[in-house]
Amino acid sequence: MTATAQAPVSMDSPLEIGGRSFRSRLLVGTGKYKSNELMLRALEASGAEVVTVAVRRVDLDRRKEEGMLYHLDPTRFFLLANTAGCYSAEEAVRYARLAREAGFNDFVKLEVIGDRETLLPDVEGLLVATRTLVAEGFKVMAYTNEDLVTALRLEDAGCVAVMPLASPIGSGLGLLNPYHIRTIKRRLQVPVIVDAGVGTASDACLTMEQGVDGILMNTALAEATDPVAMAAAMRHAVEAGRLAYLAGRMPRREVAVPSSPVRGMLASE
Amino acid sequence: MSALHIQVNGEAREIPSPATVEDLLHRLGLDPRTVVVELNRQIVRRPRLAETPLAEGDAIELVHFVGGG
Repeated sequence: MTATAQAPVSMDSPLEIGGRSFRSRLLVGTGKYKSNELMLRALEASGAEVVTVAVRRVDLDRRKEEGMLYHLDPTRFFLLANTAGCYSAEEAVRYARLAREAGFNDFVKLEVIGDRETLLPDVEGLLVATRTLVAEGFKVMAYTNEDLVTALRLEDAGCVAVMPLASPIGSGLGLLNPYHIRTIKRRLQVPVIVDAGVGTASDACLTMEQGVDGILMNTALAEATDPVAMAAAMRHAVEAGRLAYLAGRMPRREVAVPSSPVRGMLASE
Repeated sequence: MSALHIQVNGEAREIPSPATVEDLLHRLGLDPRTVVVELNRQIVRRPRLAETPLAEGDAIELVHFVGGG
């Protein structure tokens, strides 16, 4: 890390989630990369500390290739297990318990999906699963839609972070609803991490400018032509958006205001 | 020696009886530190793998972390 890359972050406070403190506000997934080597280089370039993983059956025939722990150093990255692919609260709770048993931490990125085409969340199942997992001592980070009332209920149910989507998972459509994201951030006490839908650096920057605490992305990096370069771009975009939010933008005006003095102009004929 | 007929990750398998969950992992060449085991929908914690016997018809799930978002 260069001194110039470090300077902006030092102007910000750490990201705190469930009693853990992180310097980077960019969280990244580990899915869909062409190779594990490419994934590791992208993670490195992203500066992310929190990386998500999924829980799946061991392939009994070719296990050496598949296990993420053969590639990711769990002492270097904070492994955040997800419940991706779960379509009921019961199933998500089962996956969360298995993930915790792996022995790294009590955090889970809870997903309860309600629709196969859009992968939009089943908010009812999400709330049921959250209550069960919180009662079992999990630190739940809930992937949800950009609905304020659901976000408030998730916070009330004990989530350590609420993760509204920018747009559907893997869509790359960017931040579709800045107003709702801003409102959720304004009304919640727990960190708001936008999860899913960011496609390119400007999406990430615009999202952070809404004041949210962080962004989680996967496909935007994994499906970029050059994932390592995109990871670096996203890192800068998240920092830029965060700093711009903290700096406080100028007001929008419908008319121009000159930047140079209007007095002291030469006499005209 | 009789064999136990069990399901491992949805596949029918046989293992000589008697056998523990840890025996099964060894037969499959799996390091117990890298997998999480569910036996008939109940998680078997690592310290108990060697003392948990397998029985005819058991359903075992062996999971680990893979790439995901």
